Amino acid sequence: MSEASSPASKIVTEADVVAELRDGMTIGIGGWGSRRKPMSVVRAIAQSDVKDLTVVSYAGPDLGLLCATGKVAKAVYAFCSLDSIALEPHFRTARQAGAISTLEMDEGMFLLGLQAAAWRVPFLPTRVGLGSDLVARQSEIRTVTSPYDDGEELVAAPALTLDLAVVHMHRGDKRGNGQYLNVDPYFDDLFLQAAEKRFMSVERIVETDELAAGGPIQSLKIPRLLTDGVIEAPFGAHFTECVPDYPRDEQFQKAYAASAKSPEAWAEWKAKYLDCGDHAEYRKVVGL
Amino acid sequence: MSAENTTDLITRAEYCVVAVAECFRGDGEIMANPIGTVPMIGGRLARATFSPDLVMTDGEALLISGPYPVGATDQAKTIEAWNPYRSMFDVVWSGRRHVMMGGSQIDMFGNQNMAFVGDWDHPNVQLLGFRGAPGNTIQNTTSYFMPKHTTRVFVPKVDVVSGVGYDRAAALGPAGRFHRLRHVITDLGVLDFETPDHRMRLRSVHPGVAVDEIVAATGFELVVPADVPESRAPTPDELALIREVIDPHNLRDQEVPNP
Repeated sequence: MSEASSPASKIVTEADVVAELRDGMTIGIGGWGSRRKPMSVVRAIAQSDVKDLTVVSYAGPDLGLLCATGKVAKAVYAFCSLDSIALEPHFRTARQAGAISTLEMDEGMFLLGLQAAAWRVPFLPTRVGLGSDLVARQSEIRTVTSPYDDGEELVAAPALTLDLAVVHMHRGDKRGNGQYLNVDPYFDDLFLQAAEKRFMSVERIVETDELAAGGPIQSLKIPRLLTDGVIEAPFGAHFTECVPDYPRDEQFQKAYAASAKSPEAWAEWKAKYLDCGDHAEYRKVVGL
Repeated sequence: MSAENTTDLITRAEYCVVAVAECFRGDGEIMANPIGTVPMIGGRLARATFSPDLVMTDGEALLISGPYPVGATDQAKTIEAWNPYRSMFDVVWSGRRHVMMGGSQIDMFGNQNMAFVGDWDHPNVQLLGFRGAPGNTIQNTTSYFMPKHTTRVFVPKVDVVSGVGYDRAAALGPAGRFHRLRHVITDLGVLDFETPDHRMRLRSVHPGVAVDEIVAATGFELVVPADVPESRAPTPDELALIREVIDPHNLRDQEVPNP
């Protein structure tokens, strides 16, 4: 009998991701602002009992929704934006209520932090942050003196090591290879490399051959080495942008933003779009 | 429309656009990265006229040649290169870039705040966050566009230093050697840091604005030369480019209303 067996499928559900979470974990969420965010997984986390999360993100409604549902103890962020709405209103509410602490980052320092974690080093040196309050007023961000003749004092961008990361791709296969089809890969591969447990939702699971047939070879950004589970979630990034499959749902996003105006408005939004159930139910309620 | 007949009706926004363009004069083949409507119009004007080698983005992940109108997203564009966010940091950290940012507060040495106002863990007002301000200011040339020149924006001390000013950069010694602040352009005039200790100086006033008006709208002591020139008016060709090519829908007036 041959030792060959069929390769394992990594197909899981949003609930399987939630099952991996523990209170106090540090989680990374891919995408950028209100673009290609793994919202079906974010909603599942928002519906769960988990709490005191540290959320590491080029943040948008992922961080905002988790703030609004009380899941966040700390945000590691450089911005939290809905793009067409400059500041995420639920994040603003949480910050101005003093409800969460932050590690403030520069966008590029953030990339170095993910890269340091991916390469398993404690920091990467950079000029970014020198002279700013990122360093002057945050003890978590420290400096390092060059051991070479220049002897320069540089910033040691701290490794952003993640317990769990989740990203959203356009296509994937059941073994966990992933492909992006828009113009920017963002930093999704780095989030996965920086994490212990790695999940990827995709618009559609296809046969492996269809990946290279469906786009340029450079679009095959996520090798299965980087993933532990793949979730098929059509419209999984809704209401954030996921072109070419769909644009940002600006009208829906406006309604989401308006729900930060009062506890009553939020209760109404939450009852309709969060308490409705899983992603399949959400799609029915929204009409996707 | 004949631009020649309208030069006496140049708007405040158009003076701002020209001031932005002037800010990129002589930059050569670097990335000009003006953020905001009037800054983008000004940057595109500079490239369409006296700074043709500037490299510019479409606001997302492409480098495009132009000029083409602001606010048009479905416009056919000539793509020069791919520039995803990851490549953008390569450009910033190489120094081959001149960014023009906004900000909610700025002080006399050009320290800028776009992060928040109040306590670190309980701000009164959450702003945009640090975004790219620390890296931009310490790695490449930075200018600012502040469309509302008031004492709320031009403050003695910023609540949070996100963009680094000249005093803080000087304290770094050689590590701060790539720090450069060029101009601060407002609805009232143009400021720079061309003083011995890099304190902010009044460079020009837009026509119709008095020097005293700017001094009163500034919450710290501004260096005011004996002679303050008026900001340069657009040439007829520049005016035609602004009005007919780069900003045909007059989005500039929404950012800087005509007084």
